[in-house]
Amino acid sequence: MGTLGAKIQQVLNEPGCATNQGKPSFDRKKGGNRLLAPGAAAGGCAFDGAKIALQPITDAVHLIHGPINCEGHSWDGRGAKTSGSSLYRTSFTTAMTEQDIIFGGEKHLYKAIKEAVRKYDPPAVFVYQTCVPAMIGDDLEAVCKAAAKRLGRPVIPVNVPGFVGSKNLGNKLAGEALLDYVIGTEEPAEVTPYDINIIGEYNLSGELWQVKPLLDELGIRILACISGDAKYHEIARSHRARAAMMVCSKAMINVARKMEERYGIPYFEGSFYGIGDMSDALRKIAQLLVDRGAPAELLGRTESIIEREEARAWERIAPFKARLAGKRALLFTGGVKSWSVVVAMQEAGLTVIGTSVKKSTPDDKQRIKEIMKDDAQMFDDLKPREMYKMLKEARADIMLSGGRTQFVALKAKMPWLDINQERHHAYAGYEGIVALVGEIDKALSNPIWEQIRKPAPWDFSITQDELSIHVA
Amino acid sequence: MARVTISDKFCTVNPLKMSPYIGAALAFLGVDNSMPLLHGSQGCTSFGLVLFVRHFREAIPLQTTAMSEVATVLGGFDNLEQALVNIAGRTKPTLIGIATTGISEIKGDDLGGFIKLIRAHHPELDGIALVDVSTPDFQGAFQDGWASAVTRMVEELVDNSHFDTRLSRRVNVLPGCHVTPGDIDELRDIFEAFSLDPIFLPDLSGSLDGHIPTEFTPTSLGGISVEQIRRMGSACWTVAIGEQMRGAAITLEHHAGVPYKLFSRLTGLAPNDDLMGFLSKISGVPVPKKFRRQRSQLIDAMLDGHFYFGGKRVAIAAEPDLLFALSRWLHEMGCTIQAAVTTTQSPVLEDIPADEVLIGDLEDLELRSVRADLIVTHSHGRQAAGRLQTPLFRIGIPVFDRLGAGHQVTVGYRGTRNLIFDVGNLLMANVHEPSPETWIPKHQHSQGLVTLQLLQ
Repeated sequence: MGTLGAKIQQVLNEPGCATNQGKPSFDRKKGGNRLLAPGAAAGGCAFDGAKIALQPITDAVHLIHGPINCEGHSWDGRGAKTSGSSLYRTSFTTAMTEQDIIFGGEKHLYKAIKEAVRKYDPPAVFVYQTCVPAMIGDDLEAVCKAAAKRLGRPVIPVNVPGFVGSKNLGNKLAGEALLDYVIGTEEPAEVTPYDINIIGEYNLSGELWQVKPLLDELGIRILACISGDAKYHEIARSHRARAAMMVCSKAMINVARKMEERYGIPYFEGSFYGIGDMSDALRKIAQLLVDRGAPAELLGRTESIIEREEARAWERIAPFKARLAGKRALLFTGGVKSWSVVVAMQEAGLTVIGTSVKKSTPDDKQRIKEIMKDDAQMFDDLKPREMYKMLKEARADIMLSGGRTQFVALKAKMPWLDINQERHHAYAGYEGIVALVGEIDKALSNPIWEQIRKPAPWDFSITQDELSIHVA
Repeated sequence: MARVTISDKFCTVNPLKMSPYIGAALAFLGVDNSMPLLHGSQGCTSFGLVLFVRHFREAIPLQTTAMSEVATVLGGFDNLEQALVNIAGRTKPTLIGIATTGISEIKGDDLGGFIKLIRAHHPELDGIALVDVSTPDFQGAFQDGWASAVTRMVEELVDNSHFDTRLSRRVNVLPGCHVTPGDIDELRDIFEAFSLDPIFLPDLSGSLDGHIPTEFTPTSLGGISVEQIRRMGSACWTVAIGEQMRGAAITLEHHAGVPYKLFSRLTGLAPNDDLMGFLSKISGVPVPKKFRRQRSQLIDAMLDGHFYFGGKRVAIAAEPDLLFALSRWLHEMGCTIQAAVTTTQSPVLEDIPADEVLIGDLEDLELRSVRADLIVTHSHGRQAAGRLQTPLFRIGIPVFDRLGAGHQVTVGYRGTRNLIFDVGNLLMANVHEPSPETWIPKHQHSQGLVTLQLLQ
């Protein structure tokens, strides 16, 4: 796997990544690929990351070459939404058997691609390599090349055996597959000065649709979203965009940077979470487009929309202030930028007493410090046991985190809100932040908390100490 | 009765099947204060963890040896050693259950040898039971892994010195992986009503029944204790539920001399009559009154429900033992099993009341579900059911889009009665309302349309 090895070194040393460039040169080589501690590790593998990044392409076949576990345990599990084809929710896998291990899985893979194409007639097939076929030496690239030729459509190898690294590395390798095999392979029917790409947005819970109406109103066209609610052809034609926004921290920075290098598409890194961030994003999109030749009047129109939407959002958040005043929140975000959510929560009257900074850059940390002043703690890595203790002792009123720590909060009988990638609510843009505040309010004001914290009235074994904690 | 066929497709579409190692992990989770450890890439663990979290809506202790590419090539000894030491230090479990994955199997890691060496170097592991089980991804399915893990726990943990004095009320129960925490609670009540003292291996009713522990634990929250497993040889009987558990029951018999009785299913009237008769016989206690009443209620439910089940066509996809239990019961309620799809070989497949049992996937099920009145499978059947506009009864693992998966009860008279209500209500809700055209024969109906069009 010489080429895969080289590819990995290359994406790990991503020059566009501020987190990475901030590290000493020795650590930089490790890139986003921390060595994992056996018996004390959490998180997905490279294959997982690649699937997260590419599977939102709605009209393609996503075929996983491996034994049943890679796909069988996890398919149709992500909340990326579609406005068109649902083919991406159909699961395809070679489900390798012992026979394949002994004789090699290449022929099986080729026949599987052919079968999927015959039955489902997709515009393209993405084929994901996993650990077992990588170990036995199945040549993914060669099979895909042969299949593409004979089946007359793109068959894209995504070489991401799980054991090469983390989810983040998988995101980047998926991006490389798009750069090598998809982007720039087709031409759009027409281009406008208002065409943009959004990179690293997966339309989870339909969040892209919370933002898109504003872009539509401004006359800005999303040439391609990579990869939320995307069609294959849109990504193939995305190299004609005038500007790009890179979302979701650093997951696909290699795509943004290389598209700038190859096609001269300038990009900025932004977020749709939080009022300020959303406004910044609109502003920067407009500015980049104007820099590239769009009429300057776009800037004025953008400002007026920002003004209107910000006022409307704050107005809708205001009624919550009295209800949420003084409530203390613990915030453990993953990809979502901590500080932009912190600002919105403060505006809604909440006090953020602690936040995780595990995935934040030094800049982010500085910013969080300024926003939260002295009343907050920053956690690099809080053990579940500690988290439980904080909640059980009622040092916070609500925890916002990912599904992994959901039950730490719930078992401590504390309100909890899912703000990670598996969440069922959409929190992007001005709409989303109002929805988030609404969800926090719903969680906090639910009448169950008071009921479940009271001990059974007939249970006299409980101590006074425990009682006071429960009642507090 | 049924012809067992294997899908000849190259591309599995919408998998029904899951890997054996994840079944093994679940079995280890039925032991108190345990930590399952998957020997493979960290993705193997993370996918499995999310699967169980979504199904049980509980925190799931599950660890990984986090094999990297290099470690995989060089062999997994160091990773396994580090993992065991780390887990011992951080979570202090009583049992670490180690399941292999595809990559460690292909590499050929000798787990038994590794464990001996690691134990020799690490006295801190002395108090911790270590059980390894071979569960390659490319062989068998979920229930096979579950069964293998239970067999291995019996081999490794059960004290094999022959017990002269057996505990006269003690019964070992070996539930298959289709037996839910709710089922185990129900069975415990039934056994106890006969003054028997059942212990379940594995016992998910202690760990994944959704209860609130008084303090935080990083390992499983309950279940059978390792000490109880060691003393399983002192029971009078072993009751195995589901054909998958036969191997473990035989192992226990050979190992500690406990005779076993296997119930291939506990859903329906006749199987529960057998269970009651057996429990009454071994306990010397006549069948308690409450079961006479429950039996009577079940018969009444069959009477009330048969109108809605009779003649209905059902398509089922499930692991062999669950498929067997459900299809036999539905057949006994008057349904026709239009399609039966399963994951792996089993002796029970031939006895499924269908023409064909296919070892295949949910695409196979979908193609065979056209004009069915009901689809029965796990939550991944939702897309097919949606496309076919056919009601879906969710059962098995995973059920991630409904509440209470762990408490779905299908055993006993009472469980069967409630199952009739749940499935019957789905069928009832989907009754087609008649319209003026309902009784016009199809050919006339279309002729009429043609005439109408000509007139226009």
